[in-house]
Amino acid sequence: MSLFWLRIAVGLYGLSMLYALIALLRRREILSRATLPIAGVAVTLHFVALVEAFVSGGMAGGPLHQSESLLAFLMMLLFIGVFYLYRTTSPGIVVLPIAFLLSLSAALAQSAPPLISPLLRSGWIYTHIILILIGYSALFFSFIASILYLLHERSLKRKDLNGIAGKLPALETIDNIGYKLLLVGFPFMTIGLIAGSVIAQMQYGASYFQDPKIILSLLMWGVYTVMLYTRWNSGWRGRRAALLSAFAFAAALSVWAANYFSGVHRFVSR
Amino acid sequence: MNLQLLGVNHKTAPVEVRERLAVPEWRLEEATRRLLSHAGVDECVVFSTCNRVEFAVVSERGADLYGFIRDYLLTDVSPLREHLYEYNGDDVVRHVFRVAASLDSMIVGEPQILGQVKHSYAVGKAVGSVHGNLDALLSRALSVAKRVRTETSIGSSVVSVASVAVELAKKIFGSLQGRSVYVVGAGKTSELAARHLRSHGAGTIFVSNRTHERALQMAERVGGSAIHFDQLYSTADQADIVITSTGAPHAIFRREHGEMFMHRRKNKPMFFIDIAVPRDVDTRMSHVEGIFVYDIDDLQQVVEANVSDRGREAERAERLIEEEVARFKRRMQGLDAVPTIVALQERVEQIRQSELNRLRGRLGKLSPEQENAIETLTRSIVNKILHTPISTLKSFSGSNQLASTAELLRGLFGIENDAQRSNDASRASKDDASNIDLAKHESFSNDSDETEVAEQEPGSRR
Repeated sequence: MSLFWLRIAVGLYGLSMLYALIALLRRREILSRATLPIAGVAVTLHFVALVEAFVSGGMAGGPLHQSESLLAFLMMLLFIGVFYLYRTTSPGIVVLPIAFLLSLSAALAQSAPPLISPLLRSGWIYTHIILILIGYSALFFSFIASILYLLHERSLKRKDLNGIAGKLPALETIDNIGYKLLLVGFPFMTIGLIAGSVIAQMQYGASYFQDPKIILSLLMWGVYTVMLYTRWNSGWRGRRAALLSAFAFAAALSVWAANYFSGVHRFVSR
Repeated sequence: MNLQLLGVNHKTAPVEVRERLAVPEWRLEEATRRLLSHAGVDECVVFSTCNRVEFAVVSERGADLYGFIRDYLLTDVSPLREHLYEYNGDDVVRHVFRVAASLDSMIVGEPQILGQVKHSYAVGKAVGSVHGNLDALLSRALSVAKRVRTETSIGSSVVSVASVAVELAKKIFGSLQGRSVYVVGAGKTSELAARHLRSHGAGTIFVSNRTHERALQMAERVGGSAIHFDQLYSTADQADIVITSTGAPHAIFRREHGEMFMHRRKNKPMFFIDIAVPRDVDTRMSHVEGIFVYDIDDLQQVVEANVSDRGREAERAERLIEEEVARFKRRMQGLDAVPTIVALQERVEQIRQSELNRLRGRLGKLSPEQENAIETLTRSIVNKILHTPISTLKSFSGSNQLASTAELLRGLFGIENDAQRSNDASRASKDDASNIDLAKHESFSNDSDETEVAEQEPGSRR
């Protein structure tokens, strides 16, 4: 059943994504108004799917796909949260396709390889995963915001106000969204990493520090901290902030990809 | 008589060119004098605003205005030629009317231009470069502008620099709540923009002006605080929005200032609205990340995007202008001879009336038919006698023979040579237009306009 709900949610994500893209091209009010209710229904179904998966204990599609699904869900929650705070659906241009692709990948997963790691039966690992994924979503969202900031800044400098600048929220608003999300994501990321370290310490001892995924995670966390510091200390935004968050995002992506060659995170049997 | 005008405006020349030709306000008087002393120039006026620089002259045989630009600005004219426009005769009349009526403005219908035309007019009067035909033209232009303003709704939906500034500021800052505004150079437009920003929520307003006195005055009017001009660079970073409109010949804010500001502001964005020509903010300023600079031409583009339905009103205004040009032309043809002609007609009419009155006593009671016959007879004698002198006078209109002929006629007919009297006569003759052939003439000196010229604030250059 979990997969069933998830698949409907994916379909709705796709629909709201299309609406958002059309709205972007044509500036039709009705279209962008439809995006939010559809996304809302999709997020609700997605939640149902996640809860069902959790309760049944069967990690549909394996942990990787499950975390994809969770990541998509969290990003959608942020998207809706940002809308309620700032009344803008602009991040949807990026968030909706990403959420769609992530959840699609999870929904298409057919086989569920048996889980062997006893770790997965403890609640700690879920705390770790959820916290880290919230951190990821915030980081990614702030990366989107910095890209939108750059686009807006460029069109303002070129004095082209009918292009993208006419559709995006004010420059400071975008900046604010990005910064606030960084602030929100940081404690999650930090506590999530600490939780992960504690689990790994208990499980594998000191050797886990040589794991590529762990090293990358720490690097990503370092960049994250630098971003917050430069912002707080000298108000870095625009190009420099975008570069930093692109770097942090790239690090986060490689952390994600490191699942394929990380010993610590390989929970499934071969 | 020759009417000539040479100039550039926002349509023909980019701001880079306009600022090279611009006559700063403090040099307007000097420029007018210089133009007056240029070969062949009898009368002249200089318009210089952020959107136009124009030299209009009246001359006997035509004047070399290109030569004037070369001599006065010590610049090579040939690269400017493609940007310059030149008008002659009626086209000058039309152009001046359109300018005063704000039809030629960047923001069609904006009210500041009228004040600027009045100011140039006042300077011309003070210098003595505006007295005869040009006086008539400018005075009429002010009335035409008023007529356009009252008879069309062109000025009512004006998208001013101020509202564009607000719109742009919102694109950058979102809400203007609590944003601070720095006005550099106390002028009318900048004051208007500051007020507009405040009414949209902007908080603190700082005013700085080279003459501190004026900064104080403006600060009081807008409820802001005045800052000494020498503290400009140490305080400007406190403002989110900077409006510059000084008459400085060189940029006041350069890139290094922008970098300094951004450092002090921790890179919070800053918005410069530069309405000065020559520009107050260096073009390289906009290379600084987080600084947005919009000069007067950029604002124009935004404005153009906003203007949609003013076309129809503008058309009505253009028709009105055409009507006025034709009227003015008719007047100009008889203008110089008019006072003498009116005086002549008055004098003869006076003789006719007194003779008729004297005769009535002796003739006894007359029937209405007889009354009419006598009236018609005397009138036609008078008109026949006056016909040749009047048409001769008219034909001399605009030539240098006019003065001596008029003088001779006045002497022959015993008319006192009093300008005031002839003026009064011409005004009186208006009421009796059906009786007097040339009474279509009306006085060009419009009293109400002149008082406004006197009130015109000298510092309102844009």
